Amino acid sequence: MAALRPLSRIGRLASGICRNHRLICDTRRRGVASCVDPAHGLTDEQKEFQKVAFDFAANEMAPHMAEWDEKEMFPVETMRKAAQLGFGGIYVQPDVGGSGLSRLDTSVIFEALSTGCVSTTAYISIHNMCAWMIDTFGNTEQRERFCPDLCSMEKFASYCLTEPGSGSDAASLLTTAQLKGDHYILNGSKAFISGGGDTDVYVVMCRTGGKGPKGISCLVVEKGTPGLSFGKKEKKVGWNSQPTRAVILEDCAVPVTNRLGEEGQGFNIAMKGLNGGRINIASCSLGAAHACVQLARDHLLVRKQFGETLSNNQFLQFKLAEMATKLVASRLIVREAATALQENRSDASSLCAMAKLFATDECFNICNQALQMHGGYGYLKDYAVQQFVRDIRVHQILEGTNEVMRMIVSRNLLTES
Amino acid sequence: MSGRVLVGVKRVIDYAVKIRVKPDNSGIVTDGVKHSMNPFCEIAIEEAVKLKEKKLIKEVVAVSCGPQQSQETIRTALAMGADRGIHVEVTGKDYEALGPLQVSKIMAALAKKEDAQLIILGKQAIDDDCNQTGQMTAALLDWPQGTFASEVALEGDKVKVVREIDGGLETIKINTPAVVTADLRLNTPRYATLPNIMKAKKKKIANMKPADLGVDLTSRLEVLRVDEPPQRQAGVKVETGGGPGGQTEGGRDDIEASGARRGAQNYADGTL
Repeated sequence: MAALRPLSRIGRLASGICRNHRLICDTRRRGVASCVDPAHGLTDEQKEFQKVAFDFAANEMAPHMAEWDEKEMFPVETMRKAAQLGFGGIYVQPDVGGSGLSRLDTSVIFEALSTGCVSTTAYISIHNMCAWMIDTFGNTEQRERFCPDLCSMEKFASYCLTEPGSGSDAASLLTTAQLKGDHYILNGSKAFISGGGDTDVYVVMCRTGGKGPKGISCLVVEKGTPGLSFGKKEKKVGWNSQPTRAVILEDCAVPVTNRLGEEGQGFNIAMKGLNGGRINIASCSLGAAHACVQLARDHLLVRKQFGETLSNNQFLQFKLAEMATKLVASRLIVREAATALQENRSDASSLCAMAKLFATDECFNICNQALQMHGGYGYLKDYAVQQFVRDIRVHQILEGTNEVMRMIVSRNLLTES
Repeated sequence: MSGRVLVGVKRVIDYAVKIRVKPDNSGIVTDGVKHSMNPFCEIAIEEAVKLKEKKLIKEVVAVSCGPQQSQETIRTALAMGADRGIHVEVTGKDYEALGPLQVSKIMAALAKKEDAQLIILGKQAIDDDCNQTGQMTAALLDWPQGTFASEVALEGDKVKVVREIDGGLETIKINTPAVVTADLRLNTPRYATLPNIMKAKKKKIANMKPADLGVDLTSRLEVLRVDEPPQRQAGVKVETGGGPGGQTEGGRDDIEASGARRGAQNYADGTL
């Protein structure tokens, strides 16, 4: 009995600290001035971008996130509104309608948008990646033909690399493109294409030459081209606000003028696109984790068991602290990777892989923990936390599985010696 | 007419923040707390930018009075479409004592200096809820005022303002130059676009001090104490006397005695 007295004193002290903690941090989802505030370390201009993205996410996306998921709606009008603000081609050059911002600005923006709807933001990021590929590797005519409509989201884009037989082993892709006069004739199929069937512009990696990466070229295929068709819409665990379909090419004739860069440059273009894509996907995971930390925090302050709020429970306090720490650590590596990519540093590709690996894994764990903290309520679709968990689960798989990310990093380490 | 519109924008604690009173009851905690533009000031800027887009006025000048951080608020106004900004630097004790009287003196001086045709302000700030600056500015300038505007239409050298008043909507026509204060339903402020945020970097913000405008900032008010509203008391159940006719004399005494009427007055603890 005597031993319990110091424990109860500690308990009272802890709950006293907790009450003060509540006084300082009792705020809503807008991430106000706490240790996980995503505005820390940003320039004033970046904070302005972030504010617009947060406002847009809170007003235009968050209220519809559940409906888009349940009804599997592709929110074209909302995305076009986002494009009007400049989110259609964030790191595309201004001369073709882009916003000309940096990779770090882009990461900040996608992180904020993601708090409104991960799935829609992830699609917007894929669209941005395709627009950038055409902007960077296209010639003047191609840039002027495709980029303005993509930046305004008058037209939507899809990235087609994966096939039923080649996922992680992307360089072994089998879709062929045979040169016949001034056209390539494409034959093959692509799998798991985000936006497939609903989008207008398909950036397709296909084989014009021999085996391996050096035989791959990048072609832009437009919807409506004879020979281009789509499989059934896949039923997914998450990412339901974007349709996913197979893209089927049967003797599909694509003009040579639609080829981005040189023959044999396609794999290189695809990988460069993915570096940015990986930062974007990681940023989407950051946004989801940030929202979930807020949700968990709010729940702990409200839910009472055993006569007090869950926020007085030390295990949950520590768990929340761990979640916050991992979130900030993930954010730091993603932002560093963005800076490295922007500056074309030699470690950029490896850092992008590390950032994608670390952030997607940690953020999924954060969201999962947040769901656990909600108890039974976390499992109900009335509560947003489960949608964040479902939506970001796939980030550990696409744009290069986290296993492939490990391959990239280990290759960098082991070939140096 | 100069075609120039002055819009006052105030940096306030963000509406979503749950505020706390300082331990010494001298004010509200502002350190490390998220601030943003007063929502009614956003509506004011939006209206001014709309007038410029309709080509009814030529230039929108955003004005803010406060410390260095007020420039962030001006930048937001520039990103929404204002052409240039004026930052009237007020810091320290002067800033703590800054109220509608001082700001309206500054706005009046600037209106004369900039030869403004119209001043648009938010109807009130969400931190002090004074609802005075617009009215005082108009009085100092001896200009007409259209407050609580839910519609503003420039017609030649007059302004038609539809005002939201307790009894409904009142439409008035006033001469320019005039002061208009924006109410909630005047418009929906636009999002700043990414290109506009970048263009805003290049727009000029002029710096000046109140002394440059010949304004005396002395306050006639002293804040003695700031408290949270009293905790809401629980209601009290009372025995009712008498039959189905209602309360008897005895019953009313019981209710008064139990302090239920005090509780009713406390109901207006409201939200900060």
